[in-house]
Amino acid sequence: MSMTTEEPTSETAAPRIDTGRNRQARTNGVILLALAALAALVFAPDSSGIATFRLSRPTDAIPLSDLAVPAELSIQIAAALLAFLGVRQFLRGGARWTSVSLGLGLLIAVAAFLVWATAGKAFSLTGMLQATLVRAMPIALGGLAGVLCERVAVINIAIEGMLLAGAFTGALVGSLLGGIGGLAAAVGIGGLFGFILAALVVTYRMDQIIAGVVINLFVLGLTSYVSSQIFQEHRFLNNAPVFRAIKIPILGDIPVIGPVFFQQNIFVYGAIVMVVVATYYLFHTRMGLRARAVGEHPRAADTLGVNVYRTRYINVTLGGMVAGFGGAWFTLGSVGRFDEGMTGGRGFIGLAAMIFGRWHPVGAFCAALVFGFADSLQQKLALLGVPIPSEFLAMAPYVATIIVVAGLVGRARPPAADGKPYVKE
Amino acid sequence: MQVELRGITKRFGEIVANDSIDLTIREGEVLGLLGENGAGKSTLMNVLCGLYSPDAGEILINGEPTVFRGPADAIQAGIGMVHQHFMLVPVFSVTENVVLGVEPTGLLDHLDLEKGRREVREINEAYGLHVDPDGLIETLPVGVQQRVEIIKVLFRSADVLILDEPTAVLTPQEVEEFFQIIDYLRDAGKALVFITHKLNEILEISDRISVLRRGKIVGEGDPAELTRPKLAEMMVGRPVTFDVAKAPVDPGPVLLDVQDLTVLRDNDEIAVDQVSLNVRSGEIVGIAGVQGNGQSALIETLTGLRRAAHGTVRFDGHDITRVSVRKRHTMGIAHIPEDRQRAGLIGKFSVAENMVLNNYYSSRFSSGPQVNWSTVHKSTARAVQDFDVRTPSVFEPVAHLSGGNQQKLVVARELSREARLIIAGQPTRGLDVGSIEYIHERLIESREQGCGVLLISSELDEIMALADRILVMFKGHVVAEYDTAEGPVNKSSIGLAMAGAAL
Ligand SMILES: Nc1ncnc2c1ncn2[C@@H]1O[C@H](COP(=O)(O)OP(=O)(O)OP(=O)(O)O)[C@@H](O)[C@H]1O
Ligand SMILES: [Mg+2]
Repeated sequence: MSMTTEEPTSETAAPRIDTGRNRQARTNGVILLALAALAALVFAPDSSGIATFRLSRPTDAIPLSDLAVPAELSIQIAAALLAFLGVRQFLRGGARWTSVSLGLGLLIAVAAFLVWATAGKAFSLTGMLQATLVRAMPIALGGLAGVLCERVAVINIAIEGMLLAGAFTGALVGSLLGGIGGLAAAVGIGGLFGFILAALVVTYRMDQIIAGVVINLFVLGLTSYVSSQIFQEHRFLNNAPVFRAIKIPILGDIPVIGPVFFQQNIFVYGAIVMVVVATYYLFHTRMGLRARAVGEHPRAADTLGVNVYRTRYINVTLGGMVAGFGGAWFTLGSVGRFDEGMTGGRGFIGLAAMIFGRWHPVGAFCAALVFGFADSLQQKLALLGVPIPSEFLAMAPYVATIIVVAGLVGRARPPAADGKPYVKE
Repeated sequence: MQVELRGITKRFGEIVANDSIDLTIREGEVLGLLGENGAGKSTLMNVLCGLYSPDAGEILINGEPTVFRGPADAIQAGIGMVHQHFMLVPVFSVTENVVLGVEPTGLLDHLDLEKGRREVREINEAYGLHVDPDGLIETLPVGVQQRVEIIKVLFRSADVLILDEPTAVLTPQEVEEFFQIIDYLRDAGKALVFITHKLNEILEISDRISVLRRGKIVGEGDPAELTRPKLAEMMVGRPVTFDVAKAPVDPGPVLLDVQDLTVLRDNDEIAVDQVSLNVRSGEIVGIAGVQGNGQSALIETLTGLRRAAHGTVRFDGHDITRVSVRKRHTMGIAHIPEDRQRAGLIGKFSVAENMVLNNYYSSRFSSGPQVNWSTVHKSTARAVQDFDVRTPSVFEPVAHLSGGNQQKLVVARELSREARLIIAGQPTRGLDVGSIEYIHERLIESREQGCGVLLISSELDEIMALADRILVMFKGHVVAEYDTAEGPVNKSSIGLAMAGAAL
C-alpha cells in the first residue's frame, strides 16, 4: 500500500500508559533494592578485615599477585551501586536497559557475597572459575541435548536418565576396555535411549513427558540395581580410568584464562567443540534449517517434502548421544566410579539451561556456566566455613535454577510445535 | 503442461469429499474453482499436490498417468500449491522459507542463503512481486506473506500453481496487486487454479470456471457468459439474494460505551489509541479498516482477552474494563473471534463440545458439577441444522470440518445464546455466498430483537450492507464516522479514510 499520510501525533494528550516493560522495570527495581539492603544491613556489618582473592598458584608460569580488598568498605560500595541501579528503575526512562541492570546487579551482589564470605581469609578465585567450567559440563551437555531435541519439537525429559545411563555405561565399559572404550559406549547408550524415545513419541505418539519419565525411571532402577547388587561384589567392574586434564601449550600458561579454559579434560574441550558444531549445524546447514522448520511448523515442512519423522528420529538420537557423552563426565571425567543416582538432577538443570539459553547451543552453554558457578561456589564456601548450614549451600544450584527460570527468562519463545506430535493427513 | 484429473474419489470415513471428479488444467489459463463450504475443493487440490492419496482415479500429466507418493513427488512434477492456511514458518526469513526443502548448498552441507536470496530477487523482478528476501515472516503483512508463498512455488519451477482462497485475507488494494501477479503468471505460460468464494473475483480473473457441490462437479462454464446470480445458484442449488433487507429500527439505550481506550500490543506498541465509541441496542455499528490498524486489539480488549492500558469499557452501565471473560459471557456479550482456529474452537474437541465451550456451566446444560451431555447433543444437533453446518455428526472432531463450516459453527454457538451485545470479528471470512446470506440475516434479526452488534470487517461491502453507523479505524484511531440514517454513504470516501487520507 502506498500511504503517504503521517502517523497521527498525539503526544500532547498521551495518557501515562502502564506498559509491560514498566512493570518489569519496577519488579527489577524492587529486587535490586532488596539486594542493596541485604548487602548493607546483613553482610557489611558482619565483615571485617581484608578479603584476599588468589589469582594464580606460585607454580604457574606467570604468577600474579593476590587481589586484596577491604571487606566492609567494598560491600558498602556494592550496596550503594545496587541501590543506585534499583532507584533508577523507578525513574523516567528506567525501563531501558532493565534486564542489563538486573544482570549487573546480580553480579555485584554475588561479588559482595563472596567478599563477605572471604573477609579475613584467602580464597582462590581462579580455582573456583576452573571448577565452574568443570561442574557446568554435564549441565551444558544436557542442555545441548535438550536444544537438539526441542528444536525438532520433541520435549526430552529423559535427559536425566540418559546422563545416568552414560555415567553407568562409561564406568562399566571403561573398567573393562579403558577410557576411550567407555566413552564410546556411553555415547552409544545415550544414542540408543534417544532412538527409543524417538520411537515412542514419533512413531507410537506416546505422550512426550510420560515417555521421558518412563525412560528416567527405567534407567534409575536398572543402574541402581546393578550397582548395588553386582558392583558391590565385583569391584573391578566399577573401577574405570579417569581422563586427566590436558594442558594446551602456550594458551595454558596465560594467567587466569589458561587454567580456566586450557587446562581441562576432554569433556570440557568436547563440550565446546559440540556447541560450535551444533551451532553450525542448526543455523548454517541444510539439515539444520529443515530441523528447525520441523520444530516450528511441521506441516509446512511436510508440504515441502521434508521428512518430519526422520528428522525427529535423527535429532533426538543425536541429542541422546550428546547426553550420553555428558553422562560419562560423572564417572570417566571425575571419580571413575558409578554411584546410585549420581547425576542428581543435572539433566533437569540442563533443561533449565536450555530454556534460559533460549534454545540456542551457545545460550545453553552460557546458562550452564551460571549453574556451574552456583555449584562450585557452594563447594568452595563449604571449605571457607561460612556460617550457613551445608544443606542450604548444597541447594544453591537448584535455587539458582528456580530464580533464573522464573525471574530472568522473560518471554523466551520455545519452538512453536514443541511437545506436539505430528500426524499426517 | 497439461494436467488431467480423472475420476478422483477421496473419502474420509463415511464422508465422500470428492466423488469421481474429472478436471483439466491447461497452461496459460486460469481455472476458477467454485463451491460452497465443504464442497471438497481443498481436498481435491490436496490430492493434486500429493498431500492426500486418492481412493480412486488417476492424475495424468501431459497424458502420462502419474502417482504421487507425497508432496515431494508433486513438486518434482511441477505442481505447487498455496494453501488456504499459509504454510510458512513464522520465525524464518523470506529466503529461508523459500529455499526450505530445495536448499542450495555448498561444502559441508553449508546453506547457501546468498544464492537463495539472489534467486528470490530474480523471481521478484520477473513477476513484479516486491518482497524483501530478508524480511521476517511474522512481521510481514498477510498480503506479502502470500507473495512469499507464490515465490516458494515459483522457486521450485512449478508450472501448475494452485491457489486455495488466496484473496480471503487480502485487502482490496492487495487483491488488485494480486490479480496483476496472476496476469503475469498466466502470460508466462503457467497453469493456475484459483479458488475463491467471491463471485466477482472469479468472474474477473478466470478463463474457465468449474463449480463443485457436495463432492461433485455440477457445472462448468465460460466467465463471459456467466453472471453472479447464475454462479451462486449453481453453487448453492437455489437462488441467492445479495442484498439484505433491513428494516429501520429506532436504536435504544447505549449498551456498550467505550471511553478513551488505549490498548497495547504484546510488544508494547500502541494498537488502539484513545478510542471512544458506543453501540446502542438495536443498531449495528461497523468498524471498517485495513487489517492491522488496531481492530483486533480492540475486539480482544472488549471481550476481555487483552488488558486495557488506559480508559474504560462500560456494558449496560456497568464498568467491565477489568471483568473476566466468563463474567462478560454471562452478562450477555457474545464474541465471534476473528481467528476461529486460534480463539474460537478446539480442533480435537467434538462439534458438540465446542458448541458449549462458553456455557457448559449454565443450568441449561449442567446440574451441579455434572454436564448433561444428552441435552448438549440434542441442542447442538438443532443448532447445527439451523445454521447448516455440514458435519457427519455432532461427535466429529472440529478439525475435520472444512474451513467454512468451522466458521459457521462458531457463529451458531454465539448467535444461539441469549446475548445482548454481539461482537463479531470478520464473521463471514471464508464463507460461501449462501452462508454469508444466512449469517447476515441472523445478525439483522438479532438487531431487530434489540441486540447491539459491533461488526468488524475488512470487507467494505459487508459493512456497507449491514451497518447503521460506520467507523473507520486507521493506525489505532477512529478517523471517520458515517451515519447511514443521514443519507447514503459514499463508498469511495470510506475507502480513502481506510487508507488514512481523511486525516
Ligand atoms: N482430514 C479430514 N478428516 C475428515 N473429514 C475431512 C477432512 N478434511 C476434510 N474433510 C471433510 O471433507 C469435506 C470437504 O472438505 P474441504 O476442506 O475439501 O472443503 P472446501 O470445499 O475446501 O470448503 P471451504 O470452502 O469451507 O474451505 C468436508 O465435509 C470436510 O468435513
Ligand atoms: Mg477449503
